[in-house]
Amino acid sequence: MTPALKVENLAKTFGVGGGLFGRPAAGVRAVRPMSFEVATGETLGIVGESGCGKSTLARMLVGLLDPTEGSIEIEGRALDNADPAAFGRLIQYMFQDPVSSLNPRKTIKQIMEAPLKRLYGMGRTERDTRIDEIFDSVNLRSEFLDRYPHEFSGGQAQRIGVARALAAAPRIIILDEPVSALDVSVQAQVLNLLRDLKTEFNLTYLFISHDLAVVEAVSDRIVVLYFGAVVEIGKAEEIFARPRHPYTKLLADSAPVVGRPLKAPEQKDSELPDPLNPPPGCAFATRCPRATEICREKEPMLEPHGGDQFAACFHPLE
Amino acid sequence: MMFLRLLFRNRLAAMGAIVLAIILILVLAIPILPLQDPDVIKTSDRFLKPFSDGHLLGTDHLGRDLLARLLHGTRLSLAVGIFAALIAATIGSAVGIVAGYFGGRIDNVIMRGIDMLMAFPYILLALAIVAALGPGLMNALIAVAAVNIPFFARNIRGITVGLAGREFIDAARLSGMGHGRIILTELLPNVLSTIVIAMSTTVGWMILETAGLSFLGLGSQPPQADLGSMLGEARSALITNPHTSIIPGIMIFLIVMSINLLGDGVRDALDPRLRSGALSRPRAKTIVDRKGEVPADDGKGLLNLQSLDTQFHVSNRVYRAVNDVSLFVNRGECLGIIGESGSGKSVTALSVMGLVASPPGVVTGGAVRYEGEDLLAAPYESLREKRGNKVAYIFQDPLSTLHPLYRVGDQLMEAIQVHHKVTDAEAKQRAIELLMSVRIPNAESRIRNYPHEMSGGMRQRVGIAMALANDPDVIIADEPTTALDVTVQAQILALLDDLRRERGLAIVFITHDFGVVAQLCDRVAVMYGGRIVEEGTTTDILDHPAHPYTKRLMDCVPELGGGKRALAAIPGLPPMVSDLPPGCAFAPRCDKATEACRKGEIALSGSETRAVRCIHPEEEIA
Ligand SMILES: Nc1ncnc2c1ncn2[C@@H]1O[C@H](COP(=O)(O)OP(=O)(O)OP(=O)(O)O)[C@@H](O)[C@H]1O
Ligand code: SF4
Ligand code: SF4
Ligand SMILES: [Mg+2]
Repeated sequence: MTPALKVENLAKTFGVGGGLFGRPAAGVRAVRPMSFEVATGETLGIVGESGCGKSTLARMLVGLLDPTEGSIEIEGRALDNADPAAFGRLIQYMFQDPVSSLNPRKTIKQIMEAPLKRLYGMGRTERDTRIDEIFDSVNLRSEFLDRYPHEFSGGQAQRIGVARALAAAPRIIILDEPVSALDVSVQAQVLNLLRDLKTEFNLTYLFISHDLAVVEAVSDRIVVLYFGAVVEIGKAEEIFARPRHPYTKLLADSAPVVGRPLKAPEQKDSELPDPLNPPPGCAFATRCPRATEICREKEPMLEPHGGDQFAACFHPLE
Repeated sequence: MMFLRLLFRNRLAAMGAIVLAIILILVLAIPILPLQDPDVIKTSDRFLKPFSDGHLLGTDHLGRDLLARLLHGTRLSLAVGIFAALIAATIGSAVGIVAGYFGGRIDNVIMRGIDMLMAFPYILLALAIVAALGPGLMNALIAVAAVNIPFFARNIRGITVGLAGREFIDAARLSGMGHGRIILTELLPNVLSTIVIAMSTTVGWMILETAGLSFLGLGSQPPQADLGSMLGEARSALITNPHTSIIPGIMIFLIVMSINLLGDGVRDALDPRLRSGALSRPRAKTIVDRKGEVPADDGKGLLNLQSLDTQFHVSNRVYRAVNDVSLFVNRGECLGIIGESGSGKSVTALSVMGLVASPPGVVTGGAVRYEGEDLLAAPYESLREKRGNKVAYIFQDPLSTLHPLYRVGDQLMEAIQVHHKVTDAEAKQRAIELLMSVRIPNAESRIRNYPHEMSGGMRQRVGIAMALANDPDVIIADEPTTALDVTVQAQILALLDDLRRERGLAIVFITHDFGVVAQLCDRVAVMYGGRIVEEGTTTDILDHPAHPYTKRLMDCVPELGGGKRALAAIPGLPPMVSDLPPGCAFAPRCDKATEACRKGEIALSGSETRAVRCIHPEEEIA
C-alpha cells in the first residue's frame, strides 16, 4: 500500500547573517536530512525539545517553507515546490495557539469559507451546507458562525481550528501542539474529538507535542528528534518504556511523574550544542553518559534495534 | 457608537471636534454664502479695518475682501493638507505593509531607503523637493506628502511585522490565498486603525507645513489665497495693519489645534489598551479598599495570607478573581498552588506584593502578613523596599522580567544595586556568582549576552538569578517551568529544591502540573473559580483527593507509560469569575452535585492542615 506520507532526505538550512545583498554568512541546519513514512490512518507522534526542528519540519510538510533538499510524497504524488495552495488540498496544519491562528477581524464564517472558496471554488449554497456538516462533526453550534474569534474560549477556538483544517478535506493533518494551550480538564475533550474525526474522515495525523504522556496516549508510532535529526523511531508503547537511544531515556526520565523523587536526570553543566557551530559526530555526545571516542568523530546512522524500533546511536541501551 | 462615546468622553477632543465642524461647515457653505470675489482688487479700499462697511473682516493690501479670502484660503489649505495626508498615508502604508509582510531582503531595501529619506531634516527635504519641481501648490502638496511617507511606512511596517508572524497568516496561505489577497483581506483590516490614528495625528502638521511653504512663496501662487500665502503677503504690513496677519494666523491656530485635539482623542479611543475603561496608567501599587475588618494576626508562617479578596472592576462587571483565600508558608517549605487557567493562582501571587494592575484590580478584603506585618496597609516605600529584597518573583515568561535591550549582566547588577550600595565591580562579581549558582555555564562571558541570545531555559535561569539577587526569604514562582522543555524543567525544579534546602527559602510554587507538585511541594492548595477548594499535604492530596474537582482533574492528567489510550476529560468549562453560580462553583460540571450544592456558601471545613470545600467529599478527611 502506498503510504499517506513519504519523506525522503528532507532537510532545511536557514541562512544567517550576510549583508543587504551578500550571501548568508552561515547556515543553521534546522532539519538535517531525514526520511520516514506514515501509513494511512496512522498517528505519528513527533517529540523533541524546543529548537529541535519540529515546527520547521511541519512547515515544510505543508509547503509554508521551501525545503533545502529532499522530497515529499503524499499518497504517491510528489510535492516539491512550496505552494501552500497545492499542498492545502492534501495536507493541513492545525496551529498551536488557538487565538493567534484566527484573524481577529473576521467572522468564523469568513474564516471557514476561505479554504472552500480558494481551494475548491465552491459556490455559496454549497459552502453553507459543507460548513454546516463540518460544524456538526466538531460539535460546534452554527450560531457561532457570525461571531468573532475573541468571543471563544481556548477549547472552542481550537475546535474552530480543527473545523478549518477539515474544510480543506485534506488526507493528512499536522497537529502542532494542539492541546498545549488548553487546560488539563478540557485537553481530552479536544483529543477525543480528534480521535473520532480521524475514524470518520479516514485521516492520517502527525502529532507534534512536547508532552510525552499526551503523545504516547494518542500515537501509534513516535519519532524522537534531537538537534534537527531523527534519533529514534518506535512504537508508542515501547519507545519510552524501553528506549534505545540515551536521549529518549533522558526525556522519559525528565517528565515529572507522581511518586518519583525529584532529581535532575543529567549533570547540571551539560551544554546544548551550538546550532551555528555543530560538533562533529553525535550531536548528543556532550550530554551523553555513554559517549566514547567514536561518538565524537562519526555521525551515528538510524539502525534497527529489535522489532520496529530504530535508533541512531553507537552504544544503544538494551 | 462605542467609539464615538469614548471619543467624546474626552472633553478636549469634543471641543476640537466642534471647532473643526464649524470651520468645515463654513468652508463647505462658501458657494451659498454671500461672499465677495476673493480676487477682485480695489486699491482705493486698501487696509480697511475689520467691521468696516461691506467688509466684515476688512481688506488686505490690495483692497481684497479678507473674509472671502479667509474662507477660500481655509478651504484650499484644508483640502491640500488632507489630500497630502491621504497620499502620504496610502503610499506610506502600502510601503510599510509590503516591507513588513515580505520581510527579508525586500524589507531591508525598502527600509534603508526610508532611513535615507529620514536622514534629511524634515523641512530641508520639503524645500529641496519644491526647489526641484518648481514652486506651485501641487508641488508643495507633493513635497509635504513625500516627507510624511516615512512616518507612515515605519509605523505600519512595525505593526505588520508583528502580524505577519501570527499564525492566522499561515492559515490563510494554507487556505489557498495568494499574497495580494492576504495583504488586502487579512493584514489591511488589522492595520487600518493604526493608519487612521497615524493620519489623525499628522494631518494638522501637514496643513501647517503646506502653509509654511506657501508663506515662503513656494506654495500657492498669487492671486490664489491659501492661509500660508495670506500670511506671507501680510508680512510687510505686520506693524501697520496687524489684522491682515492676525486673521489668517488665528485660523491656522484654530485648525491645527482642533485637528490635533481631535486626533489625540481618536488615538486614545482606538487604542485597545485604553478600551477597557482604564484611562489612567496603572499605579505602582494595587489599590486596597478593604470593606470588612482586617483579620487579626494569627501568627502562622513567614508569609501569611488571610481571607484575601482581590477583584477586578471593569465597566459594570466585578471579577472575583481571588475569593477568601487563606494560605501560609514557612521557612524552608514549599507550598504548591494548583489550578487551571483563570482559577486565580496568579492574582493571588501578585496580590502579595501589590503587583496586581490597578485599576482595574482592587484588594477588597483580608490581610497579607510578612513576619506579622500587614503588607496591604504598608506604605509604598516599605513595599518597594521588600519587593525583591524579602519577597521575589519568578514568572512564567522570563522575557517579561528581562528588558530586551540590556545585557543580562547589567540587569542583574541593577537589581543588586537597587537594594545594596555596592561598587560596580562588586555587583558584577555578585552577578557572575548568581549566574553560576543557577548553573549557567561560562557565566563570565554570559553576562554580556542579551536576553534574546539565550535559550528559553537559560533565560529562566537568569530569571531565577534575578529573584535570588538580594537573598530573599520568600520566592513566589508562577509557572516558572511551563514554557520549558522537560529536561530543562527537571533541572530547574532540582535547582529550586536545592535552594530551599540550602538557604531555607520559603517557596510558593504555582503550577497546573500534578507531577511537578508531587516532586517539589510539601503542601498543596487546589484553586477553582477564585477559591481554595481543597488543601493538605502533598501525599494526602495525591493519594486521597477529597474534592471531586481534584479527583477528576488528576484523572485528566495523562501519565507516561500507559501506551495508546483514551484520556479522561471533565465536561464543560471552568466558570467565569464574573458570573459565579450560587453555591459550589464546580456544581455545573460535578457528577455528585445535589440541590444543596447549588444553594448557599459552602465552607472550607477540616483542620489547619487538611480541608475541603464540598458537601459530598470523595473521602472523609481526618
Ligand atoms: N527563520 C529562521 N531563521 C533562522 N533560524 C531559524 C528560523 N526558524 C527556525 N530557526 C532555527 O531552527 C531550529 C529549529 O526551529 P523550530 O522552530 O523548528 O523548533 P521547534 O522544535 O518547533 O521548537 P519549539 O518547540 O520551541 O517551537 C532552531 O535552532 C531555530 O532557532
Ligand atoms: S552515539 Fe554515542 S554520544 Fe550519541 S547517543 Fe549514542 S552513545 Fe551517546
Ligand atoms: S459541593 Fe457538591 S457540586 Fe460541589 S464539588 Fe462537592 S458534590 Fe460537587
Ligand atoms: Mg514549535
